Amino acid sequence: MQTILQVDNLTKQFNGFTAVNRVSFEVRAGEIVGLLGPNGAGKTTIIQMLLTLLSPTEGSIEVFGKNLEHHREELLSQMNFAAPYSTLPYNLTPKENLTVFSFLYGVSNQEKKAEFLLREFNLTALTNEKTGRLSSGEQMRLVLAKAFVNNPKLLLLDEPTTSIDPAIARELRSKIHKFMRQNGGAILWTSHNMREIETMSDRIIFLSRGKIVADDTPQNLKKRFQEEDLEEIFINIARGSLNKST
Amino acid sequence: MNVLHVFGVFYRNIILIRRSIPKLFGLFGFITFELFLWGFVTLWLRNLAPQDEKLNFILLILSGLIFWHLFIRSQQSFSISFLEDVWSRNIINLFAAPVKLSELVAGFALISIVQGLLAFFYISTVAFFIYALNIWSLGLYIIPFFMNVLIFGWALGLVTIGLIIRLGPSADILAFFIPFLLLPFSAVYYPITVFPPFLQKLTLILPTRHLFEGMRTVITEGIIPIDSLFWASALNLVYLFLGFLFFYWMLRTARKKGYISRLTHD
Repeated sequence: MQTILQVDNLTKQFNGFTAVNRVSFEVRAGEIVGLLGPNGAGKTTIIQMLLTLLSPTEGSIEVFGKNLEHHREELLSQMNFAAPYSTLPYNLTPKENLTVFSFLYGVSNQEKKAEFLLREFNLTALTNEKTGRLSSGEQMRLVLAKAFVNNPKLLLLDEPTTSIDPAIARELRSKIHKFMRQNGGAILWTSHNMREIETMSDRIIFLSRGKIVADDTPQNLKKRFQEEDLEEIFINIARGSLNKST
Repeated sequence: MNVLHVFGVFYRNIILIRRSIPKLFGLFGFITFELFLWGFVTLWLRNLAPQDEKLNFILLILSGLIFWHLFIRSQQSFSISFLEDVWSRNIINLFAAPVKLSELVAGFALISIVQGLLAFFYISTVAFFIYALNIWSLGLYIIPFFMNVLIFGWALGLVTIGLIIRLGPSADILAFFIPFLLLPFSAVYYPITVFPPFLQKLTLILPTRHLFEGMRTVITEGIIPIDSLFWASALNLVYLFLGFLFFYWMLRTARKKGYISRLTHD
């Protein structure tokens, strides 16, 4: 399988504090990779470096074999992301927001694309409402719709279902799955919802204090750490009591 | 440069202006009330000095007001367009999109030109009907004057955005405050001869000083001061370049130190 994302020795330091410490991993076409770890493990810092919002202190990021720093615009046009902390302009309607982002991602037939995504994410009834008036769940659906505006080959999701009720979260997971299988792309997904990560991910990367402590399939991880579920592994990592690192 | 990206930046802001009454008031309302204020002051001044027929107070002061407002529009089109994305926590989406810095700046410049033209045509029409002010009597000087005022606004807008990135969203007051720092020294409503000699020399670095002095020369002497236009244009090119460098430098620093994500929650 083609490697879509290759991260090598990625390090980020802030005033002497190391938030991400020599992290290396890859994501291949068709893969959904879960990035797990307690608060402060470095998940969001990694996502932000992958979006070029942060520059690495050391290490390199390659997308489709090209250096992200040197081919920023070309590579970002094949990526997208969604996170609950990054909402869309509240004073625009959902349709206007999706149209604006179609332009920003260089997509043609902007209005048609916006209408298609509104349908796919069950937002058609809210087409002309101001985004700020939508519920948090509806806003998150819109943020996810925006993440598909350019049919990304690499999708970065930072806790995308945090503020959504379980029924809608399940529906969104299935949509994300469907879209990415159609595109042949890959997803890097962070979440605190262990069940979600276990259901969705082909592979899970566990982070603790900026370092990778495990990188394997959910089944292999449970076997290796001799735990019944991922939550126990997660709790042990958060407490720093996990000795069986890879 | 990708035209779709530039249009995306432009379109996002035009939708806002078109729909929002407070924003329309910002574009047309403030200048209307300022026009009333300065118009009445001007009428009073004219009554004080009726014997001096050479002086056209209305043209002198209200032309200054109209072009100063254009300068503020230009600077604020840049900084407030950026702040809209900060206030709505959309800034990460914007910087994670495949938009080049030059495309972002071009989008802001386009907004500034459209807003500037709208405000200029509106207020010059209102001034014509209320005070019989014919701004077009400035003749051809209007075109380079208009462009230079806009460009200096862009340069200052880029510096403002750079400072907001560096200092965080709480520094948004700078977007409204910075132009007023230059107002007393730009010779908008009075000639530079009222300045003390050292200040006359110091203000040579301001393009607005050359432009507004030039405007007065056109009104009082009827000639286009080429030297004023030359200095204003040359200074503007330098400041626009420096403004872009400053913006680029602040963004690079922000990427190193994590200031971009701070813009969503400071």
